[in-house]
Amino acid sequence: MSKEVAKEKSMIIQKEMIANLSLELSNVKKTGKKVVYTFVPGNISELIRAFDMLPVYPEINALQSAMRKKSEKFIRDAEKMGHSEDVCTYVKCDVGMMINGNVGSSGDVVPPPDLLLLSYTGCFTFMKWFETLKRSYPDVPVAMLHTPYQAGAEITPEMTEYMVKQLKDEVIPKMEKVSGNKYDEKKLKEILKNTSKTEELIMKIFDTTQNVPSPIDAYFAGVYYIGPINNGFRGTQEAVDYYEMLYKEILERVEKGLGPITPEGVMEEEKFRLVLEGPPNWTHFREFWKLFYDLGAVIVASSYTKVGGVYDNGFRVDPEKPLESLANYCMNCYTNLNLPQRVELLSNCITKYKADGFMVNSIKSCNSFSAGQLMIMRQLEEKLEIPVGFIESDLVDPRYFSYSNIKNRLESFFQMLEQRKLYSD
Amino acid sequence: MKKYYLGIDLGSTTSKAIIIDEEDNIIGRGITNTRANYMVATEIARFEAIYNARFSILKMKLEKEIKSNPSYEKYIADIESAFQYLQFKHKMEKLYIKFKDTIETTFENEKKETIANIVDTIVNTIGPKIRTAYLFENLGKKNQFFRDIVSERYNAEIKKSDTDLFDPLMLVYDKSITSVENELTEFDFKELIFQSIELMDEKYAKLDEAYEADNSSIEFDTEINLLQGKHKKIYDSLKDHLEFVANMDIHITNMVGTGYGRALLPFPEKSIKSEILCHAFGAHAIFPNTRTVLDIGGQDTKAIQVDSHGLVTSFHMNDRCAAGCGRYLGYIADEFSISLNELGPLAIEAKKEVNICSTCTVFAGAEIRELLNVGEKRSDILAGLHRSIVMRAMSLLARSGGVKNEFTFTGGVARNQAVLKYVTELVYKNYGNDIIINIGSDSIFMGALGGAMFARRSMKN
Repeated sequence: MSKEVAKEKSMIIQKEMIANLSLELSNVKKTGKKVVYTFVPGNISELIRAFDMLPVYPEINALQSAMRKKSEKFIRDAEKMGHSEDVCTYVKCDVGMMINGNVGSSGDVVPPPDLLLLSYTGCFTFMKWFETLKRSYPDVPVAMLHTPYQAGAEITPEMTEYMVKQLKDEVIPKMEKVSGNKYDEKKLKEILKNTSKTEELIMKIFDTTQNVPSPIDAYFAGVYYIGPINNGFRGTQEAVDYYEMLYKEILERVEKGLGPITPEGVMEEEKFRLVLEGPPNWTHFREFWKLFYDLGAVIVASSYTKVGGVYDNGFRVDPEKPLESLANYCMNCYTNLNLPQRVELLSNCITKYKADGFMVNSIKSCNSFSAGQLMIMRQLEEKLEIPVGFIESDLVDPRYFSYSNIKNRLESFFQMLEQRKLYSD
Repeated sequence: MKKYYLGIDLGSTTSKAIIIDEEDNIIGRGITNTRANYMVATEIARFEAIYNARFSILKMKLEKEIKSNPSYEKYIADIESAFQYLQFKHKMEKLYIKFKDTIETTFENEKKETIANIVDTIVNTIGPKIRTAYLFENLGKKNQFFRDIVSERYNAEIKKSDTDLFDPLMLVYDKSITSVENELTEFDFKELIFQSIELMDEKYAKLDEAYEADNSSIEFDTEINLLQGKHKKIYDSLKDHLEFVANMDIHITNMVGTGYGRALLPFPEKSIKSEILCHAFGAHAIFPNTRTVLDIGGQDTKAIQVDSHGLVTSFHMNDRCAAGCGRYLGYIADEFSISLNELGPLAIEAKKEVNICSTCTVFAGAEIRELLNVGEKRSDILAGLHRSIVMRAMSLLARSGGVKNEFTFTGGVARNQAVLKYVTELVYKNYGNDIIINIGSDSIFMGALGGAMFARRSMKN
């Protein structure tokens, strides 16, 4: 592996974008901008932006705290308050961060919310999470946006209508009241034009893993790539610029036949291509990644990078139907798909991106991901006759990341893959 | 020159070594308990496998003669027992020195003397007993470790002596055993073989005397009678063969290490393999129709699915909790103050199975005491504990994709008859009576065997 790690331009831009957002957030007292707390899956940030408000995502705060090695204390503090060991660690980390002064990744204080936009897409813990926040911010209004689960494996016109009605009757009036601005559909449409472009670019970017070697790691680097679109920049010009830049860079890598960039340089030999299901562990993100790239494994697709929107099946927002688009976007997020849909999506990824194996990282504290993972794994194994593997860790609780156990399983898994390759040739 | 391949499985509880020939036949087995020092354990297991291989080669060379004359087989088995006894004796002498040393540095004045006297008596009592057990009762075949052989008898003697010095005497043992266990001695095979032969003379000479005295403490069976009066003659005809195997160079062409301690082995990266692959490969070699492997080891349980070539297709491991693996049994044995080997037989005697609710090893300990207090029988509690371990293994199997025909059960715990009983019962119950269940006598060696087989194959490729 070459030791030279070139900071790509897109990476620098992304850092700037995120730094600017936290700066903007830390200045709200002066600027008077209103702050909306909401969640990544089904994040209708375009609507927030249309009212000139700023979004904050508690899950992102939690994962950033974990990457900065602060989550353990936060979680313990939340447990001291009475949150059980089994509660989602994102929630506990967020609560812990709040009671420790709500200092974000940039070192700036994250401003308190003016509105809690509770869009609970595929995760019922979100509801409890905001109930907890509501107790800390009793005067802040909550706007509920219920996303119907795709139990029947489709989005019916009634489902869309139901969501649009909630947007019109519940979300928009509350946003108008909090921001003091009138709902401006023309503005929303303009924003959604950017979203549509971004969605198209993101799909193209994740499609580049069809190349051998894959120019990117669609999981470990993928979580950075989805950063801007999941962290406040849906529908912004900055996002369009960022993804154009990123796509261009990746195409250059494809042209040169280069493999993915890792924290230790370019991965030189691609030995295994995997599709990975489930969120990553954030507390040991680097070590976790290293366990894969050291063994020549690249992730060619992951479900986690679809958590803030699934574009594989052709869904794109339609700026001409703004509210319907927001509704359908929410319903189309990964954890809102039913299990057969997830199996189909993953199966298509395995085939399309020529994966050698499928692996699940099962997260102790995440119900919306973990439920059904074994069934998904079995079905893919049977359907595609590919090797499957299962590891366990947690989102942001370092106490549940056992390096040697994960290493032991991964080594076994990769040796299994190697052996099968050897014998199938 | 013939080529041999070595597989080493460094488990958390035991370390195993297997030597195979070019046809994947097992010719040498070695096993020791893994204490603090993995490297010593590896070497002990390896030496033992090489000694064992020499005996196997001897038997292979004499295949025809053995068939026509069963006394050859008995004679070889006898010297192998004597050979094992001599190794034991060497360790026992070291342990005795260590005992003295420990007593000297731990106790003072009068107490020192009293304890030294008791320990002397114990050693003088158990020494000859163990000798008899080796020479006449096949102790060597029971795969017991030095520590267990001594501790079982040492504890029994303390109990018998009715002394109030129980704790200091146990302290002497505990403080001395590990260092002796971790001491590595490489024996000169030839020297030890000829000492074994001398022991034979003694054994059969005594046998003659015993015959005359009709000493019923020595059991006379047809096997012993085989050699009665003619061991010297057999020795004469075997002498050259014994010389040959003692002198032959057992050339290990390649080796592969596996198991928890594998990373510590000074082997190149390609010679280190995951125990999942090795266990599956080994199990499949012994039972070629294996499709599902359950391995219950010391510190983990693995459910492995394999294809028709013995290659792993998927696997599942428990690693969050000990309440489904060998260590759980070890803990339970401690709770009951019995040895690990006694657990299974006691559980088999149960009239019913007491339901154990605790999903945690440590809490199960508290539950056991509670159950004993309310008058539940030890055997019934043990039966319940064994069943609960197997229930955990069954849930792991279900997670890994179920049990497919044939099903092979491996790992150290497969030696426990009660575990076996419940595995059979629950596999039939959950997956139907048509499932063929395989348990081999070498079940504990499957990982090492798989390793050796990989070692052979990687030389071919």
